[in-house]
Amino acid sequence: MNASAARFQHRPNSAPVYLDYQATTPVDRRVLDEMLPWFSEKFGNPGSVTHAYGREAEAAVERARGAVAALIGAEAREIVFTSGATESNNLAIKGAAHFHRELGKDRVVTVATEHKCVLESARALEREGFGVTVLPVDAQGLVDMDALRAAIDERTAVVSVMAANNEIGVLQPVAEIGALCRDKGVLFHTDAAQAVGKVPVDVDAMKIDLLSISGHKIYGPKGIGALYVRRRPRARLAPLFDGGGQERGVRSGTLPTPLCVGLGAAARIAAAEMAVEAERLLGLRRRFLAGIRARLPEVRLNGDAERRLPGNLNLSFPGVPALALMEACPGLALSTGSACTAAEVEPSYVLRALGLPDDLAQATLRVGLGRYTTDLEVDFAVEGLAAAAQRLAAGERVTAAAGGPT
Amino acid sequence: MSPRAAYLDWNATAPLRPEAAAATAEALARCGNPSSVHRFGREARRALETARAQVAALIGAAAPADVIFTSGGTEANQLALRGFPGRHVMVSAIEHDSVRQAVPDAALVPVTPRGVIDLDALDRLLVAETRPALVSLMLANNETGIIQPVAAAARIAHGRGALLHCDAVQAAGKLPLDRAALGADLMTLSAHKLGGPAGVGALVVGEGLPLMALLTGGGQERGRRAGTENLPGIAGFGAACSVASDRLADYRAVAALRDAAARRLVAIAPDAVIYGGDIARLPNTLCIAMPGVASATQVMALDLAGVMVSAGAACSSGKVKRSHVLDAMGVPPAEADCAIRISLGWSTTAADIDQLVEAWGALYARTRASAA
Repeated sequence: MNASAARFQHRPNSAPVYLDYQATTPVDRRVLDEMLPWFSEKFGNPGSVTHAYGREAEAAVERARGAVAALIGAEAREIVFTSGATESNNLAIKGAAHFHRELGKDRVVTVATEHKCVLESARALEREGFGVTVLPVDAQGLVDMDALRAAIDERTAVVSVMAANNEIGVLQPVAEIGALCRDKGVLFHTDAAQAVGKVPVDVDAMKIDLLSISGHKIYGPKGIGALYVRRRPRARLAPLFDGGGQERGVRSGTLPTPLCVGLGAAARIAAAEMAVEAERLLGLRRRFLAGIRARLPEVRLNGDAERRLPGNLNLSFPGVPALALMEACPGLALSTGSACTAAEVEPSYVLRALGLPDDLAQATLRVGLGRYTTDLEVDFAVEGLAAAAQRLAAGERVTAAAGGPT
Repeated sequence: MSPRAAYLDWNATAPLRPEAAAATAEALARCGNPSSVHRFGREARRALETARAQVAALIGAAAPADVIFTSGGTEANQLALRGFPGRHVMVSAIEHDSVRQAVPDAALVPVTPRGVIDLDALDRLLVAETRPALVSLMLANNETGIIQPVAAAARIAHGRGALLHCDAVQAAGKLPLDRAALGADLMTLSAHKLGGPAGVGALVVGEGLPLMALLTGGGQERGRRAGTENLPGIAGFGAACSVASDRLADYRAVAALRDAAARRLVAIAPDAVIYGGDIARLPNTLCIAMPGVASATQVMALDLAGVMVSAGAACSSGKVKRSHVLDAMGVPPAEADCAIRISLGWSTTAADIDQLVEAWGALYARTRASAA
């Protein structure tokens, strides 16, 4: 066995190589270190501003709010902490629709490749009598600007288009969409859970009114996210939760100080390291794709090749069922698509929206590269995937030959 | 030099139990989305289900599947009260804001001057209501600690075809808790009030109840609450529930400290008024008024002396508002404006109580001297 083959030997007891950074990311050690004191010795309720423990927690929450705002070019008071991007998306879409219904705006426009929680929020509104337009995408996964322009009218309350897709990594033309919506006087919401901290996002330059952020997609903790809510011109929302009136009445509930601190720390690190890290990931992505294509020329990349997250690949292996391929690679932690639907056998609705036939959609894996992915891991994964895919494809041919007419 | 800190605001939030801190820290150090099918995901799923069973055990729930994890008590209360859109909601007048304000047209059920729900009034409201109803009654009040007759209210509600929701946020971990025995169809829990981390709670929903989700999306929590689960928080919540069940007896000592504090404060200020002193109450809570001295003044004076208490619920404004709880009990506004909440916990010491008594006594002496 030569040295390079030994390197690719998987040790059965070691943890698989993590290639599912779009599902969730590990908490960065630096983030964890900032969070830990706020769990234990500094445990005050940030709403308890009448005493020292409460004020100390409140100050920490406000510092974190500032860091989150800085990452997207917002003001601190435009950031509302939530329990995560799902809540942010629900709050933005349902909240904007409910608030504007009385003003005669009872329509919502979104796109077929949005995250499930955006589409489900729109469907919930549809059941309440709102008009919902779900726009198609082209074969590269990009929204058609003319179709979007045509879909917006004076009764549109909110347009929701994600910044980066969670399965295919495609970056929508957010700045163009923002300009169009501002021009039409319609609120623009973007689910930026996958984009923030990975690619530059600026709420003013992109004319974004509402923007969803997730903690656990940017090496922060789970259970925390944020919604950016523009103040000038003001984006008005009806709250999802009423109660103690925290977060200026937009989102009641005790603020979880350690989680807020963690999101703030994650935002600060992302802001400082994004440019360099994006370049590094782009290099890894190219290395991965070139490696796979050298071995398996028939592999197909889904989603626009350039306008995508630096750390995302979505690859179809014609004739190789994705679940079998994952099973054949126990040393790799991969997914077939969104984690929310990971256990489903249905082909991805995102890939269907791109026009992929079902058999190809079911031969597709998502590869998520991130902060801790190394060259070595990429090479190991390429080798393992390519060998397994070849084995499975050959097995299939053998089966077909054996079972076919002689 | 800043004074020694005496934390007596446990009903606002409690410190993390060491076991919960360990479980949270362990989960934070691991990566995995419980919905992912690979090994990281499967391990996360296992930890999630372990915690679900621990939470279910705290309230004697038969099925862990009845536990829906949420971002906290507020979300759980909203989910319960907005989750049955066909039902008319009735809430007691002393509920937490997250219950009172969950639905705009909720009927208020009055409480007696002793601070417990008026069960006759509840029955009359249910009889007069033509729609099916949902009654929300907390197990113990967050400001006074007064325990509510939830089982009796549930019997009345069920007799009239209504469901009963019980906000057990303050009671959980301080009192033995059995959801089935109480007859609560729905029950709200919060981790950070019982030694778990903030940012996680649960709604427990009786099997087969058609709850409508508030957060829609990825179908987590059997479609009843979308969003990637806050696994470190949930793991900490589960661990805190286990410890809380094991250590309920510690609250006997807490009650003794609380009662000693009450006796000493009344000895200093014979005109002080204690709310709920002669009725079943949480073992850790003391709601007391020093007549003639505004709550804000007391809280600030105590804060300067390192003693942390509150003037009511710890929520948003930072302003001290008159308590709707004391209002509902018919306490005169001038007296209610002078009430503070002192709440103790499992690590409260006699020294904390000494510090409270000394600071409160000094304030009392100052104000009485300047009044004379």
